Amino acid sequence: MSSADLASERAPATEREASAEGDLAPEHDGPRDTGMDDASLHGWLAGTWGTAPGIVGALSSVDHKVIARRYLITAFVFLCLGGLNAVAMRIQLSGPQRGLIGPDLYNQLFTMHGVTMMFLFAVPIVQATGIYLVPLMVGSRNIAFPRLNAFSYWVYLSGGVFAWISFLLNMAPDVGWFAYVPLSGPEFAPGKRADVWAQMITYTEVSSLAVAVATIVTVLKQRAPGMSLDKIPLYVWALLVTSFVVVFAMPAVMIASTFLILDRLVGTHIFNPAEGGDALLFQHLFWFFGHPEVYIIFLPATGMVSAIIPVFARRPVFGHLGLVLSLIAVGFLSFGLWVHHMFATGLPKLGASFFTASSMMIAIPNGVQIFCWLATFWDGRPVIRTPLLFVFGFFVIFVIGGLTGVMLASVPLDLQVHDTYFVVAHFHYVLIGGSVFPLLGAAYFWFPKISGRMLSERLGRWHFWLAFIGFNAAFFPMHLVGLWGMPRRVYTYPAELGWGNINLFISAGAILFFLSFVLFAFNLVHGALKGAPAGDNPWDAGTLEWATSSPPPSYNFARIPVVTHVEPLWAEREALPVATGLRVDVRELLISTVAEAHPDIREKSAAPSIWPLLAAVAVGGTFLFSIFTPWAIVWGAAPVAITLTGWFWPKGAPEDEE
Amino acid sequence: MKRLLPMAFAAAGTVFLQGCAGWQSALDPKGPAASELAWLIWFFAGLCAVVWVLVMIALAAPLMMRARAQAQPLAVDAGADDRKLRVVMIAVGLTTAILVGLTLLSFFADRTLAAIGSDAVLTVRVTGHQWWWEVRYEDATPSRILTTANEIHIPSGEPVRLLLTSNDVIHSFWIPSLAGKLDLIPGHMNVLDIKADKPGVYRGQCAEFCGAQHANMGTFIIAEPRAKFDAWWNDQLQPAAAPTADEAKAGEELFLRRPCVMCHRIGGTPAGGTVAPDLTHIASRQTLAAGTLTMSRGNLAAWIADPQGIKPGSNMPVVEFSGDELNAVVAYLEGLK
Repeated sequence: MSSADLASERAPATEREASAEGDLAPEHDGPRDTGMDDASLHGWLAGTWGTAPGIVGALSSVDHKVIARRYLITAFVFLCLGGLNAVAMRIQLSGPQRGLIGPDLYNQLFTMHGVTMMFLFAVPIVQATGIYLVPLMVGSRNIAFPRLNAFSYWVYLSGGVFAWISFLLNMAPDVGWFAYVPLSGPEFAPGKRADVWAQMITYTEVSSLAVAVATIVTVLKQRAPGMSLDKIPLYVWALLVTSFVVVFAMPAVMIASTFLILDRLVGTHIFNPAEGGDALLFQHLFWFFGHPEVYIIFLPATGMVSAIIPVFARRPVFGHLGLVLSLIAVGFLSFGLWVHHMFATGLPKLGASFFTASSMMIAIPNGVQIFCWLATFWDGRPVIRTPLLFVFGFFVIFVIGGLTGVMLASVPLDLQVHDTYFVVAHFHYVLIGGSVFPLLGAAYFWFPKISGRMLSERLGRWHFWLAFIGFNAAFFPMHLVGLWGMPRRVYTYPAELGWGNINLFISAGAILFFLSFVLFAFNLVHGALKGAPAGDNPWDAGTLEWATSSPPPSYNFARIPVVTHVEPLWAEREALPVATGLRVDVRELLISTVAEAHPDIREKSAAPSIWPLLAAVAVGGTFLFSIFTPWAIVWGAAPVAITLTGWFWPKGAPEDEE
Repeated sequence: MKRLLPMAFAAAGTVFLQGCAGWQSALDPKGPAASELAWLIWFFAGLCAVVWVLVMIALAAPLMMRARAQAQPLAVDAGADDRKLRVVMIAVGLTTAILVGLTLLSFFADRTLAAIGSDAVLTVRVTGHQWWWEVRYEDATPSRILTTANEIHIPSGEPVRLLLTSNDVIHSFWIPSLAGKLDLIPGHMNVLDIKADKPGVYRGQCAEFCGAQHANMGTFIIAEPRAKFDAWWNDQLQPAAAPTADEAKAGEELFLRRPCVMCHRIGGTPAGGTVAPDLTHIASRQTLAAGTLTMSRGNLAAWIADPQGIKPGSNMPVVEFSGDELNAVVAYLEGLK
């Protein structure tokens, strides 16, 4: 590590010679990018930053784009599996007293649906999008802590595969994604199903925490020169706030799941009322995570909306500062609402009223966001392309979900609709409208960057209308059937309650919605193979990820861009100013100051390594065996320690030299 | 494609119209609490619908504009943005005002609900079990304490205090047409006051996921005029009617010799189990197995012969009876009015 005098951000196109000084011994200094011609620069950087060929090379990769692609594909597979769970449930519920699926399987299905969608699809895919885009958007060569990032993927993959193998073995959790005690406790959940839930939660959260840490450091320390706090793209802000929420929320659920497995495996009585424990404690811990979880899924999607709207409204987003402050406010407030999931537990009225007020309050910053986005459109007719269609879908659907959320915030009203299909409708409007529609828009928007090819606009429009109609047909009637008294998580219902027709309609809508994803998958494959070449910036967007080629090279940018505006590519139409002085023979990043993003120091970025994979295997194995015996923690500590030692072993290689 | 949308809504409309008047519907209130809540639901929903329509108009407006979005994205008209800022500020102000109003409304509705049961005379203890409801009527005179299951008789027009707790996992007691739900939590005691304006049968079911048979954990509030209710209570306090017919006598003996007595109680006989519903007056109830089957000779026989087929995972085991034995036991139980 050395201090280096890099080109300042206000020196466009001057490739000022960076001089080595201070503690940097000249014999350790390799070739720099300064004054190098483009071809040889590409040669050097590709050699330094590329992923090695072969299977070991692939498994050792620490390139954020490679890891993110794996994350995205894996999360999409889990989305399809979770969707199949939903289709199976909807077929069972399409009429009263159907005997297709019994309670034992149905309870596993809805638990796996919730667990898969929340922990294996929604959180990983928003984080993965961040892993791909954040380093590009802040103009860096790689994510911070690239090995930790690689480790997080392997942990996530093993957690998800473990959960789904347990499902195939008829051992999947059947206690709901929330796994309330005492139902999930040792007395009422014999067998290993609830243990699978507890350990799977704990270790997919390990992965989520790892990504959050890497994202925070990338945003705070690796921004391109000149990208001061007020010039950070809103998407990056959203990921930054989300990552902080992850860091504070995830430990709560890890504590809950760890306490649960201690009760089940070691015989503690933390949640056992008969021994002085308390069943409600679990709910507090779970929802202290569970409510921020919703915002962990939603905030990155607002970032996507903020990224897509300006491009198609053809102007910078209105109220940039207001949007940033709203993001931060939502992040803070999300920790003050968890009790609204527990109004029916009979809490003291005064305390519950406080949570009504706080739950209502979070609608204010969310309202600010909606109004600012709407105002962005008011300069003229926007250019309507598929990404924008999905953003319109987001407005139509999410606003309904937000407004029913206001209804649920009211204690007395909530007591009628809590744990009914009204709530199922509400949170699907919030999560699918608020997160999946922006994600689909984002897929159409950034697919050209990731693959170098465009997705079909025509199929995209079909996809949008199929998804929009299917979604509303499936979920809008659920508001009604919930008010008519249908509780959640029932595998069947009696014919005389009159819920048969509406459930049949809902099931038909659900299948239509599922088919829209089949069409989407086809469009993705078709686009990847036969799509029109995209070029660097097919939408004429303004942020840095569009400054590099599509797909980006392993080193992201040949020269680190210098940022002069919140939409740098719009401000510098001719050529982006760049900063030079980084070495090209080793992985070197430019580290900048937190607030002003002044270039500060040059920092080595970790080289590829197989150890993160081995460490993930050791951690995964330990968790897996801890389902059967607490001694797994003792015996598993050895391989975990060995792999971590290997990971961090000072090898005397150049990366640790200075 | 766009023409499909109205068609879909038309189809949806026909589906939605039926079933509104359910006997388990929050929109069909039959008591003061549910009426207050139904009003609250409609008010919130109406206001939310207005807000949604306004947002949709603001979203659709730019699509109607003649002028296309500018080609040069940074050429923003600062004056226009100042005007927009004012509009956004007003919108945020209105949002805040609406939310404060709704918070106060919700708070006062809660106070109204809390006042409903303040003069309750009758106290009923409801204990959740996997997957049935134990109902115990409290009384100062110990001999008048009454235990029954799944069906809760109350005097109409009078507030009744329910004390809710659980014997195993968390359940939630919910009669949508009378009141909002409240959880039954082991180690906790919750208080729910209900009142039915008119005599009638009001269905409800467990609203907190409680395991395999969460779907078949129904309960009924049966509201009757005071005199009828008092007569019912007195009847229920009586020990079980002794069987007179030979078949029923044989049935009683079979019941007492077989594992049935391990779990069930029948007042006036040695059967004293308490882990399953009290059967002293089972034939006076309208349903079997917590609302799963209607009470009839055939359903009684079916439930005894194949409980795991009707309610898979339930705690009722299969007790082997021959055909004649089954008939005898059913004949006996049928007489327990």
